[in-house]
Amino acid sequence: MSMIKAFAAVAAMIVMAACSSNEQQAAAPATTTVTPGSVADFRQNVGDRVFFDTDMSNIREDGRQTLNRQAEWLKKYTNYPITIEGHCDERGTREYNLALGERRANAARQYLIAQGIPAARVKTISYGKERPDPVGSDEAAWARNRRAVTALE
Amino acid sequence: MKFSRRTTILGGAALAAGSAAPAHAQLTIDMTRPNFEPVPIAIVDFSGDRLGADIAGVIRNDLQNSGLFRSISPSSFIQRDVDANAAPRFADWRGVGAAGLVVGQIQQSGGNIKVDFRLWDVVVGQQATGLSFNSQPSNWRRLAHIIADAIYKRVTGEEGYFDTRVAYVSETGPLSARVKRIAIMDQDGANNRYITDGRTIALTPRFSPTLQEIVYMAYAEDRSPPRVYLQNVDSGRRELLGNFPGMSFAPRFSPDGTKVVMSISAEGQSDIYEMDVRGRALRRLTNTPAIDTSPCYSNDGSQIVFNSDRGGTQQLYVMPAGGGGERRISFGEGRYATPVWSPRGDFIAFTKITGGSFGIGVMRTDGSGERMLANGFLVEGPTWAPNGRVLMFFRQQPNSGGRAGSVTLNQIDITGRFERPVPTPTDASDPAWSPLIPQ
Repeated sequence: MSMIKAFAAVAAMIVMAACSSNEQQAAAPATTTVTPGSVADFRQNVGDRVFFDTDMSNIREDGRQTLNRQAEWLKKYTNYPITIEGHCDERGTREYNLALGERRANAARQYLIAQGIPAARVKTISYGKERPDPVGSDEAAWARNRRAVTALE
Repeated sequence: MKFSRRTTILGGAALAAGSAAPAHAQLTIDMTRPNFEPVPIAIVDFSGDRLGADIAGVIRNDLQNSGLFRSISPSSFIQRDVDANAAPRFADWRGVGAAGLVVGQIQQSGGNIKVDFRLWDVVVGQQATGLSFNSQPSNWRRLAHIIADAIYKRVTGEEGYFDTRVAYVSETGPLSARVKRIAIMDQDGANNRYITDGRTIALTPRFSPTLQEIVYMAYAEDRSPPRVYLQNVDSGRRELLGNFPGMSFAPRFSPDGTKVVMSISAEGQSDIYEMDVRGRALRRLTNTPAIDTSPCYSNDGSQIVFNSDRGGTQQLYVMPAGGGGERRISFGEGRYATPVWSPRGDFIAFTKITGGSFGIGVMRTDGSGERMLANGFLVEGPTWAPNGRVLMFFRQQPNSGGRAGSVTLNQIDITGRFERPVPTPTDASDPAWSPLIPQ
């Protein structure tokens, strides 16, 4: 019985891994066409956003990996000014979410600074729940909306 | 805008009622009693000018929308020859089920109009109140609202709230590039106009006590943080309220209009500050690593209620207006936000987030006696009518298929019995109800 359960769990992990590698592959063809060091390169090959748990602003493990890649890339291509946008899902009040978005943007900023990006190069702006991406009112959409986006401008 | 000669008309022909009135029909209402019935009221088109029908229409709409009155359809009226200066045939009005009868007349005098109205208590057969106004014809809507306020006050014992305006955020376009502009309209949705141009997102408008200015937060056209602006409503002239390195947001005037309280963020921390409007001196009121925001003065200006997550989750706190001595007042299950102190000082209204749903509620100012009035997928941002007996808030439907759910302004009385949508030309959020317009 427990063997079957364990097997099912492993099988599920394999399926999930397959899903995420499919996502990687979906982005892969573009890697051959974008110019290294371009905004498109940053978005597609590095990842411009990290995600947060509900009402939280600590950087998760998956976010650390993305921000490490960002820091590496940004140290190589030093001509871009950086603005980190903080965003929230729609499940909070407008004013509180403005503050929470600021807190998330600041968390990502502090992480990049700790990785060696000069503080003066990184600005923050909060959009609270005003600019959802994607648009949706389910858990999947909200998880993608709780984000900090590193914009190269 | 001037209203001169606001005089009381004394009851002319006060007649004794001949017959006993039905027990249910009375021209008074006690809003605090559960299960009261709306007062049936007949409002006759005012005589003497073609504006008379328009004025009567606005009065009917105001009273009907309050939930406390039932406007009797003019098509059912029996007496068709009502003289505004003489007693009506009370039996005819009892016959259509009216407890109250409103009649009025308009007289031209120079370029102005003189408007008289009387409220008759049909049940006892006496005049209940009567007033006379001189004004310009262009003020006819405000005259109608002022008359509706007088009727409301006579019947309920509470101040009216019809001669007021509402500032709100007008929302258009897809959510990914939503245009959010500040608009101002009359309480009944008339005279809508836009205060910002929509090139950048503008949010959270609030009126000064005189209605001459609003404060709100707006984004800049570059990537600098959004900030709080003070704008003159008529001239459109706007100025930045302090230029801070971080975002400033959640502004609100003090009851005397001399100060604005708001949040300013720095390094991910949001604290509450008070700014003197004239001298622009800034005073810090809170200093914690938490999010302190949505501050609102008490009706007498001596205290400030706000929400903070300093204790782990968003809760309501009250402090003296000078800062210091914050104490938590909300202890229920869930997160509490957007506290607003009633203009009459007895309640604090708030947004509450519990599990997967949102609610609008009220509690006494010490946090006791919590009552929820409205619930839904997303309801947020209560604002008080000046009489402290009615709230407006916004209600958002879920988004689906990549499309935005509708966002509407809704009105509800503090018994929670009458909720109704408030008409707006576009989707609308973040209402701010004005005080009574100075006469």
